[in-house]
Amino acid sequence: MTGAEMIIRALLDQGVDVVFGYPGGAVLPIYDAIFGQNKLRHILVRHEQGAVHAAEGYARSTGKVGVVLVTSGPGATNAVTGLTDALMDSIPIVCITGQVATHLIGNDAFQEADTTGITRPCTKHNYLIKRADDVARVVHEAFYVSRSGRPGPVVIDMPKDIQMAKGKYVGPEKVVHRTYQPRVKGDSAAIERAVKLIADAKKPVFYAGGGVINSGPAASKRLIELARLTGVPVTNTLMGLGGFPGSDPQFIGMLGMHGTYEANLAMHDCDVMVCIGARFDDRITGRLDAFSPKSKKIHIDIDPSSINKNVSVDVPIVGDVGSVLEDMIAIWKRDGLSADKNALKAWWKKIDEWRGRDCLRYEQTDSTIKPQYAIERLYAMTKDRETFITTEVGQHQMWAAQFYKFESPNHWMTSGGLGTMGYGMPAAIGVQLAHPDALVVDIAGEASILMCIQELSTAVQYSLPIKIFILNNEYMGMVRQWQELLHGGRYSESYSAALPDFVKLAEAFHAKGLRASRPEDVDGLIEEMLNTDGPVVADIMVDPTENCFPMIPSGSAHNEMILGAADVNRREVSDAGKALV
Amino acid sequence: MPQPEKRARRHTIAVLVDNEAGVLARVIGLFSGRGYNIESLTVAETDPSNYRSRITIVTSGTPMVIEQIKAQLGRLVPVHKVRDLTTEGALVERELALIKVAGKGEPRVESLRIADIFRARVVDSTNDSFVFELTGSSEKLNAFVELMKPLGLVDVSRTGIVAISRGADAL
Repeated sequence: MTGAEMIIRALLDQGVDVVFGYPGGAVLPIYDAIFGQNKLRHILVRHEQGAVHAAEGYARSTGKVGVVLVTSGPGATNAVTGLTDALMDSIPIVCITGQVATHLIGNDAFQEADTTGITRPCTKHNYLIKRADDVARVVHEAFYVSRSGRPGPVVIDMPKDIQMAKGKYVGPEKVVHRTYQPRVKGDSAAIERAVKLIADAKKPVFYAGGGVINSGPAASKRLIELARLTGVPVTNTLMGLGGFPGSDPQFIGMLGMHGTYEANLAMHDCDVMVCIGARFDDRITGRLDAFSPKSKKIHIDIDPSSINKNVSVDVPIVGDVGSVLEDMIAIWKRDGLSADKNALKAWWKKIDEWRGRDCLRYEQTDSTIKPQYAIERLYAMTKDRETFITTEVGQHQMWAAQFYKFESPNHWMTSGGLGTMGYGMPAAIGVQLAHPDALVVDIAGEASILMCIQELSTAVQYSLPIKIFILNNEYMGMVRQWQELLHGGRYSESYSAALPDFVKLAEAFHAKGLRASRPEDVDGLIEEMLNTDGPVVADIMVDPTENCFPMIPSGSAHNEMILGAADVNRREVSDAGKALV
Repeated sequence: MPQPEKRARRHTIAVLVDNEAGVLARVIGLFSGRGYNIESLTVAETDPSNYRSRITIVTSGTPMVIEQIKAQLGRLVPVHKVRDLTTEGALVERELALIKVAGKGEPRVESLRIADIFRARVVDSTNDSFVFELTGSSEKLNAFVELMKPLGLVDVSRTGIVAISRGADAL
């Protein structure tokens, strides 16, 4: 077989059914091999960044590895943002990049870039294949590395002459990785200590992140079971939403910078914190030296480098979240443990007091649509059907996280770590391909959506009925909000001037465009959007001045939250705080 | 909560890696990308039959940073083993230097006398220069280099530190 044929064969042997890509000179032999078969479906995107985000959406919504195929040079460099995004959010991606022929490497050939050099810091691992006999092994290894341990993107750089050279194919069963064997099972002594701490806790909290999603649906079920057994309140990170049911009474909302009052105060005041597949990122902890000062901390993570990185923990457990939770449940049952009921009752009473502040409250008027209202209506009208939500990045993303409730894992796709504007629409395309009959909505902002607007053409080409739900406030809202908070309201370059007419734009792409400007039009718009078969761009003209609360200003602690606009003026953000992003 | 140790200390870390293309770039990129310090780094293939190379890195940091460095190294895909030789028992550290001294007359003779005291070997000689080879601790090499400065020191090449644990156990 040729190198190109072996690529296709290896992808099929890895169970791949769809590849997101864009052809070019250095991958033509692989595209020719795609032409000669009909098992592997190729989705032609309009920009390589879109290919990676689409693969991310596919991967995040299925638990499978997403696959990308791009050409050398600009094809590879355009993919870099998506690869970095996948690395930060631990999304399994295999990205095959074409490369100039081996004898040309290093000669500044046409469309040559040092792809392995450029992508080394933004991938979990990468390969440059130099022998046709290595092709099959490298592809199988790449899939193994990508999905094992903490998942991430892997790049395979494939020179054009290797694509055309003949080599020997080996199946996936013959490939065993020499060095990479991540630990799945947690240390049993540490797990015993952790369970004892939970049983003795007076004010415990479970802080669950994207690791619960990555571990698979079983991990999510075990998290629910452990929460039931122990009665502990559960908060989710942005990446963890859906890992615990959003409408569950034990769920206290998302935590962090725009998390709920009750979740952040519970984190601050707790005596035992169980971090389950999350990483104490700066959006979660706020000011580090004031972060949950009184608690014993247990940290379950499959990546040893996540442990003690930002926050020192008392009981580190390296292992897969699902496996460790299973062990915890077994120990709890084996020892017939029960929580301190009186203490928990008092703890829940306190949490309910915090909940009583109703921190997500907003005031809908008759004249303008509040963005929160639009999302609440979207939730109300779509919650009874299978719905996947993707987002772009900014205020709309936070409102979506706050107001859309996710009942099960893999239904929420957002760019958490890297914060990539332009992520949402291509991700929605990937989700829709994996779930053709489901409703897929990209909750977007008018600024973000323009960053990958070209992918609307992809959605139309493949008749993917994604719904783009734009909360149009005519500002880069989160930038404007920070300028209000930190820079005296000087709106430097944050106004979305010269916006396109999104309805006409949709029509120009052969999609459907809708617009609502008044609160009473929102339901009708959503209804029409849901009743339309093809892709829809819905332009919701929302209150341009609304800000996203609650908020922990940068450099502040969890118990120093700003609850609403009236609260803002009382706060001075320190220079150290301003220096934080 | 016990306050973590804040003082930075020097650590010698041994890393066993698959000798594949780009592995050194991965290690160095990790240090520069995450802002860790490299005081010395040596690398060579140590087990050709298994394509294994050994990297010895001397770095400094607080215990939390050193723990991060080890965890980050450990998560690189081609890395087999990471050991902090400084904290895991006694170790032997050595460095080799080639030191060129040019001159004639009394300074030339003096450099040879000092080389003898330091047990440095002469590996190249012309009528007006010597190249000394010297092995030992970094401090010993520093001391020798200092002494050669007034005697016509013109060039120094050092390997960086290699290290191994004392006793019978392998890495």
